[in-house]
Amino acid sequence: MAVAVVFLPLIAAVIAGFFGRVIGDRGAQLVTCGALLLSAVLGLFLFRDILAAEEVRVIPLATWIVAGGVDVNWSLRLDTLSGVMIAVVTVVSSMVHVYSIGYMAEDPSIPRFMAYISLFTFFMLALVTADNFVQLFFGWEGVGLMSYLLVGFWYDRPSANAAAIKAFLVNRVGDFGFSLGIFAVFVIFGSLDFATVFGAAPKVVGKTMEFLGWQLDSLTLACILLFIGAMGKSAQIPLHTWLPDAMEGPTPVSALIHAATMVTAGVFMVARLSPLFEYAPTALAVVGIIGGTTAIFAASIGMVQPDIKKVVAYSTCSQLGYMFAAAGVSAYGAAIFHLFTHAFFKGLLFLCCGSVIHAMGGEQDMRRMGGLWRKTPITYVTMWIGALSLTAIPFFSGYYSKDTILDAAWASGTAVGRYSWVLGTIAAFMTAFYIARVMFMTFHGEPRAGEEAMHHAHESPWVMLVPLIVLAIGATVFGFLGYDFFVGDERASFWRNSILVLPQYDSLAVAEQIPPLVRYMPLTVAVIGIAIAYVLYVVDPRLPARLASQFRALYLFLLNKWYFDELYDWLFIRPAMMIGDGLWKSGDGAVIDGLGPDGVAAVTRDLARQASRLQTGYLYHYAFAMMIGLVVLVTWYLLPR
Amino acid sequence: MAIGLAHYLTVAAILFTLGIFGIFLNRKNVIIMLMSIELMLLAVSINLVAFSVFLNNLVGQAFAMFVLTVAAAEAAIGLAILVVYFRNRGTIAVEDINMMKG
Repeated sequence: MAVAVVFLPLIAAVIAGFFGRVIGDRGAQLVTCGALLLSAVLGLFLFRDILAAEEVRVIPLATWIVAGGVDVNWSLRLDTLSGVMIAVVTVVSSMVHVYSIGYMAEDPSIPRFMAYISLFTFFMLALVTADNFVQLFFGWEGVGLMSYLLVGFWYDRPSANAAAIKAFLVNRVGDFGFSLGIFAVFVIFGSLDFATVFGAAPKVVGKTMEFLGWQLDSLTLACILLFIGAMGKSAQIPLHTWLPDAMEGPTPVSALIHAATMVTAGVFMVARLSPLFEYAPTALAVVGIIGGTTAIFAASIGMVQPDIKKVVAYSTCSQLGYMFAAAGVSAYGAAIFHLFTHAFFKGLLFLCCGSVIHAMGGEQDMRRMGGLWRKTPITYVTMWIGALSLTAIPFFSGYYSKDTILDAAWASGTAVGRYSWVLGTIAAFMTAFYIARVMFMTFHGEPRAGEEAMHHAHESPWVMLVPLIVLAIGATVFGFLGYDFFVGDERASFWRNSILVLPQYDSLAVAEQIPPLVRYMPLTVAVIGIAIAYVLYVVDPRLPARLASQFRALYLFLLNKWYFDELYDWLFIRPAMMIGDGLWKSGDGAVIDGLGPDGVAAVTRDLARQASRLQTGYLYHYAFAMMIGLVVLVTWYLLPR
Repeated sequence: MAIGLAHYLTVAAILFTLGIFGIFLNRKNVIIMLMSIELMLLAVSINLVAFSVFLNNLVGQAFAMFVLTVAAAEAAIGLAILVVYFRNRGTIAVEDINMMKG
């Protein structure tokens, strides 16, 4: 069954990708959606089986690499952690598949799209079921590749190509760290198998190794390198720049990248490697600081962006920051819980954005929306559910996971935990503000779109609405249902040994004992955030513009995303371009071409021109030459030797 | 002074050389070229006749008659070509005939 869950999407992708012309658009949609829905149903059954099973199951599939000390197998590791991820990935991904039927109906290359997203799902499943670092890396690179292909899906748009290349390159930076981390793990443990490595982790605490000439704590080094990979994939500062640009892809792709696959890989990886990170407190502190910083950084940018998808994209970035903040205080359960609820409400928000964009005929700028709620009531209601869940309003799923993270951050008592709590609480206010801003600007107030556009605005077809409703149900109930298992009293029997938390760091255990003021602070600021957004965008819509001109510097700073792109442009891209330019013009152009092909060609051309000057075309010249030749020959024969 | 073979050959050689220089130094007119070629043919004919007398062999003189016939035919063809050429190009100046220039 596990094999079927993982490989059904691959089979569907192969069929839709290679035989798309034979089976047609409808066939490709049926095959991929059918396979994914089946995979989702089986995945849920598998999840139940995993929870019931006593032991961690490892299903060996094939031997991959046997070379000297390296012994790598293909196998599926089934424990609670991978079970949760399988359930999330297959369910959200199958909803996105169904939604794509409606959203991509007008696209000329449907089979290609369906094949890509199925393959994307397969790589993510391969990643979460990995039993060793190499297989993890396989899935890791696979989702990186698919993100490139999907972000650049509309390859005739230059901006989509640029975004795809950016996503790929930024991920390369992270992957470089990740592969170094894998090498470090191999050097330290002599094995790449999870079971072996995790078993040996306590014994290598305090050992050092040399890296770039420094003696460093080996486990800390390995964990930080691995975390750099997670930063790239999960879009944490400073490797976050690709995620907002990944909006260039079709909206279902954004939903897939942001909710179920790809960006969650980093969080999953940190949770999966918790037996390593637990013994490297310094690395965990780095994780927490980066997470907390990203949470507030991305939220602050989200507050001013005019593009509806950009806001939600920065929201993802910020929520991933929360997850890492949770991991940073050893609350891996809370991190995965938030990943779980976030997958539903963020998938929902993105699909709703897609529905809105669909309704507005491709318009993404919120300044030209407004008053949509009468036209698209179902999208309106489901999107509010997603927004409230994101805002962490009680009884929506985001409330349980996000508040647990903040509680655990405070309860951990460490400086990093307090840092994460403060930033996370401010970010919670910003989150409430920006998502309420999206809702008010899009659905409430006076329509700012033209008469024509409003007339054409319409609710999406049912094939798009059903996924919204399914995800909305998920975003409503799963927090409530999952709380006890993921982070509450049942968590020990739920996670069993798939996540390791050392007793002295167990922040979730003390998360209950925090002062009420701390506990209700995030909720209070969230409500304030919504209220402020209401005042600014419904009561007095002219106020935001006044504020923007009042605090112009701050506004521009946020609007331009803290100038990160410009900084990287100046720091890396320009010098690289200059070096490339120099090598191209002087090295390749002048030296290689000058002495090589171009030089030979020029010499040949000169000689040919000289030779052709002999051909005057005057008959008497030829005759003269003939006569000279005759005279010479005759002289030659007649001259006495 | 008796006129011997050497005189005939000398005259023929002079005529031949004149013909050659007529071809190469002439920059004006193709007709002059044709005339120069005729001149060279006549020089050769003189040689043939002179040797024929000198060797007492009539074949040479008969051959000279052939050469004259061929020369006449050739002159006719050459002139015909020139006329056609003039009609096509509007000129028969030697400088302008350089279509084979590389």
